[in-house]
Amino acid sequence: MFKKGSLILAMLMFTVSAFAGNNKNSMQIKGSDTMVNLGQAWAEKYMEENPGDFVAVTGGGSGTGLSSLISGTCDIAMSSRDIKDKEIILAKQKGINPFEIKVALDGLAVVVNPANPVSKLTLDQLADIFRGKITNWKEVGGKEEKIVILSREVNSGTHVYFKEHVLRKGKADGKEEFASGALLLSSSQAIADEVAGNPSAIGYYGMGYISSKQKHIDVASDEKSAYINPNIENVISGKYPISRPLFLYTNGQPQGLIKKFVDYTLSKEGQGIVVKTDFVPIK
Amino acid sequence: MRKFKEFIIEKLILICGLASIFFVILIFLFLTKEGLAVFKSVTPANFILGKSWYPISEPAQLGILPLILGSLMVTLGAAIISIPIGVACAVYIAEIAPLKIKEILKAGIELLAAIPSVVLGFIGMVTLVPWVKSTFHLPTGLTALSGSIILAFMAMPTIVSVAEDALYSVPKSYKEGAFALGATHWQTIYRVLLPAASSGIVAAVMLGIGRVIGETMAVMMITGNAAVIPQSILVPVRTLTATIAAEMGEAVVGSEHYFALFAIGIVLFIMSFIINVTADLFLHKRR
Repeated sequence: MFKKGSLILAMLMFTVSAFAGNNKNSMQIKGSDTMVNLGQAWAEKYMEENPGDFVAVTGGGSGTGLSSLISGTCDIAMSSRDIKDKEIILAKQKGINPFEIKVALDGLAVVVNPANPVSKLTLDQLADIFRGKITNWKEVGGKEEKIVILSREVNSGTHVYFKEHVLRKGKADGKEEFASGALLLSSSQAIADEVAGNPSAIGYYGMGYISSKQKHIDVASDEKSAYINPNIENVISGKYPISRPLFLYTNGQPQGLIKKFVDYTLSKEGQGIVVKTDFVPIK
Repeated sequence: MRKFKEFIIEKLILICGLASIFFVILIFLFLTKEGLAVFKSVTPANFILGKSWYPISEPAQLGILPLILGSLMVTLGAAIISIPIGVACAVYIAEIAPLKIKEILKAGIELLAAIPSVVLGFIGMVTLVPWVKSTFHLPTGLTALSGSIILAFMAMPTIVSVAEDALYSVPKSYKEGAFALGATHWQTIYRVLLPAASSGIVAAVMLGIGRVIGETMAVMMITGNAAVIPQSILVPVRTLTATIAAEMGEAVVGSEHYFALFAIGIVLFIMSFIINVTADLFLHKRR
């Protein structure tokens, strides 16, 4: 009897959830783990202002998000990279027309103590410093001092991003790792504090944390390029090398509820949430 | 009716008594179930003796030797600092201090025990860390030594209050006997009271060390968390507890990394178990 009852209950719940899934007022957002917090912050505020609409945000990675958009299991895909040609072809075959909306930028500042004479580095030098190949500041034009490497903990998306884009230079099969002697601190604020008090430290964090107690490093992609200051303009123009755009992808031009949400993310309020979650707004 | 009431109350108390054992067993079973799964991907020897900890790389490197040594280094440092000071403080409070100072000292030590560890960690970060850096001319003050000093503060209240109790419970006649034989106050303390209270003092030290090895928050804030095998006490270390705390939040449930963190939990469990058993053995040998 009990078994039968629970079976009926399960079926009932299934129908209810299936119904909720088809509900016109709900949408599924999926994708980039970097953007999950941002997406969730948007969804929460959006639902506060639009009671009756329901937004579900899940992570899984940019690739997962785009593939569910292609297979039609989500309405919006979050991605921290451009859609690949291969994915566009696959989508067209399934009758899906990916439409790209740039919603935010992600820029990382490399910082040192203001007493440190070094103020510019190339990406190669940065990679060698954080991998532990360059261990003394004098090798990059500074004082005779051991470099203290500060990094975020491994659970941080920033840690992963820095590893993939600076240490491994975007190569998916790279094997480069942070030096084992790198200090892993649990927050961006902890890195900011240590850099402020330690003339031989170097660290990185979202541009939102830059203050006068730390000096940010101008970064060049290679020796021949210009050294670029990590400010919002340079991130927006794409000149600053440790930055990337963050996208939402929809099927065709967003319409109805999806358009309402996308418009919200691009509104002044939506872009304010971008700043609060330590990303760079596009406007 | 009254008999029935008695019966109910008796059983309720029995259940409460058994609950703690039941929970310990449940926790241990859960820990074992989740932790042992890591040995599908790494052998126990490579896990315990492996020298690199890169849990999120492909393939993950799960060697916790640096973490174990980090924990031991911090604990050893804290023990070296806190045991002499703690025991001496207990002797002073129990034997030498006038009543008024005794009351003040006891209240102060209780207050020290009441400071939350995150506050101690924060204070350590802004005061102790720069001091360690400039005193020893180090590249960074986030070192095992900073952790040891802060943890010594945390172990001290336990050591002092338990050791003081032990000294206090030595029968008065011992002391009077020693005086009657012409011993000075110091000779009495050193030759009679301390040996007589030694089992309680060992228990105090063990309880203090137990607190140190399990401490997480303060350690995570001030030891630098670099997973390298420490060559001295003046370098950054990463402890077992800080590793679990820092990485558990984002480890994917059911992944290698997640199981490895539970396995670290087992290692910690075994370490504190060994400390307790040692204390117990020592106590029984004395009697």
